[in-house]
Amino acid sequence: MKAGGVKRIALGLSGFVAMAATWELYKAIDGKLGPWHFPAHADDASMPHLLTIGRRFLQPEVRDRPGTVLQAVISGSWYTFRVAVVGLALGAMIGLLLAVVMERFRLLERAWLPYIVLSQTVPLIALAPLISGWGGGLRIGSLHWRPWMSVAAMAAYLSFFPVAVGALRGLQSPQAHHEDLMRSYAASWGQTLWKLRLPAAVPYLIPALQLAAASSIVGAIVSEISIGAKGGVGRLILDYFQRASGDPAQVYTAFIGAALLGLVTVGLIKALEKLLMRNRAAPGLHP
Amino acid sequence: MRGVVVIGALALVAAGCGSDKKKAADTTVAAETSVAAAETTVAAPETSVAAPETTAAAAAAAPETTVAGAASAGANLKKVKLQLQWVTQAQFAGYFAAVDQGFYKALGLDVEIKEGGVDIVPQNELAQGNVDYAVSWVPKALASREGGANITDVAQIFQRSGTLQVSWKDSNITGPADLKGKKVGNWGFGNEYELFAGMTKAAIDPSKDVTLVQQQFDMQALLKREIDAAQAMRYNEYAQMLEAKDPKTGKLHTADQLNVIDWNDQGTAMLQDALWANTDKLKDAAYQDQTVKFIKGSMQGWIFCRDNAAKCVDIVVAKGSKLGKSHQAWQMNEINKLIWPSPGGIGLIDKALWDQTVQVAQNTKNAEGKTVLTKAPDATAYDNTYAQKALDEWKAAGVDVIGSGFAPATVTLNEGGA
Repeated sequence: MKAGGVKRIALGLSGFVAMAATWELYKAIDGKLGPWHFPAHADDASMPHLLTIGRRFLQPEVRDRPGTVLQAVISGSWYTFRVAVVGLALGAMIGLLLAVVMERFRLLERAWLPYIVLSQTVPLIALAPLISGWGGGLRIGSLHWRPWMSVAAMAAYLSFFPVAVGALRGLQSPQAHHEDLMRSYAASWGQTLWKLRLPAAVPYLIPALQLAAASSIVGAIVSEISIGAKGGVGRLILDYFQRASGDPAQVYTAFIGAALLGLVTVGLIKALEKLLMRNRAAPGLHP
Repeated sequence: MRGVVVIGALALVAAGCGSDKKKAADTTVAAETSVAAAETTVAAPETSVAAPETTAAAAAAAPETTVAGAASAGANLKKVKLQLQWVTQAQFAGYFAAVDQGFYKALGLDVEIKEGGVDIVPQNELAQGNVDYAVSWVPKALASREGGANITDVAQIFQRSGTLQVSWKDSNITGPADLKGKKVGNWGFGNEYELFAGMTKAAIDPSKDVTLVQQQFDMQALLKREIDAAQAMRYNEYAQMLEAKDPKTGKLHTADQLNVIDWNDQGTAMLQDALWANTDKLKDAAYQDQTVKFIKGSMQGWIFCRDNAAKCVDIVVAKGSKLGKSHQAWQMNEINKLIWPSPGGIGLIDKALWDQTVQVAQNTKNAEGKTVLTKAPDATAYDNTYAQKALDEWKAAGVDVIGSGFAPATVTLNEGGA
């Protein structure tokens, strides 16, 4: 088991090293193979050396002001992570609720499912400013609508979909004889849901949640760029992009932050899977 | 059973994050308020340090500031939202300065400045009632107007256009006629009309005589010489050229390596940053009054930035702009050049330039054969009444609203704008 862990870490690292090597190799051989260049630019402005990007992390974000790029990217990613998690939680709950209702009423499944699919074809960049606009005037008691809430709403909008579809399939997954057993106990609909359908849905929910987690991060970052919401790594990409002509390495620091953020979030869902599936028999052994 | 655990866990996460977020938001508000308070107290001595021109302004503003103290104590401030076109940068310094220095407060307004994003259209936010005023370029706002947005230009802050066509000196492009046969970068999305009008005026057919290239919102294409001439705002992208290193020499590019076509000189310039108000609401006396006050405070902010450019750069940088300080200083200086001198007084719409803008908007076809406007805008498209009123009040107080003596500074850019 321990050896397997080491092997996995080694594999992961070698993947990273291979990527880095490809990057530098591409830069090194561009223009050396003949009087032509690769179609995608390999010069330092388009593809800075990895060392330059690494060094940029440790330099001040804005000259004469405290704080390195690394600090800015970490705090931006942490901010986006929290907003995305709020969106993911909201989206997952909505998705699950929709799935339960659709499983209960087949008519609603037929009525709603096409619209749920349709909802994902609305472009995010068209929706984000609308949500931001609607929310801008919203005031519930002393609670003002803030830009981060628009971002969380967009994250929820993207993440509810895989959960709704995955959970629905999961809730419908028990076989006839399982349901017959529940019926023989005179179990109510609620009891059947609690004791049979929801547990049966977990193996479907986990991959759905992984998709949803990735979607929520994408939704959050794109919305931050779209409406210019402050504080997150999406806004950093926007800010750094403005300076890309003179400081190309800085944009990549924000890209790396955003990519790592997605990896970490999906990793956390993986950990959740381990926790929830620890007592289950392997699928193959299931009757 | 495990399904329950999932829901429970998610609910917990949501609850935890929710309260955490709210707390964070609350603390920010508290921090901002205390900063604002601190900055207001700082304002007084700094205003008196200003150039001789502002002494009059400071004197005039001084009594009002004391009134403001009383007003804010009574919390009788009217909340006003201003939508910008883009994120915080010196292009909007006057508004940030007016907030920072308490100019709006002195007039009884509590102004909240909303930053723009990639997909935020200020004139739509205004027409939909999400904000009270918006900053927008005239042709874009007029196009939205034709699409049904009921908005009025109430103050023309920028008197000149900031759009340039930049090329390398060795390409020998000194005027629009020289663009013939060249690869001409343009941004599209309605940013290209001055260029197209300029080419048309020089008897070049943009669809046949040049190779049009869709340009990104940076200068990489020109830096790599993939195009011969690139669109650039003099306060942003042009500076980016001078902040980039020449790979051959290892030094920054210099202005004498570049040729620049300025559309103001070619007679095809279009008016840019203006303050827009809601046309329907302008029928209401209270909104009219508020509009005059808002313009008055904004004018004071821009006058402050004319006379205290360095302080305004600090204000913008403190607002969290990630653009470097030398880039912001450059931008502030260029923005001042676009505003000052304002022959009729800051904010007043110059009829001739307005007509030129409308004429180009109606008659110039872009690459898709479209014009900005299909017909002339109606009489409510702009209204000088409010700006004039605000100007009269400043003039009566002895404030220089024209800036005929304005002398731009020389700003040295560092690599990457740092």
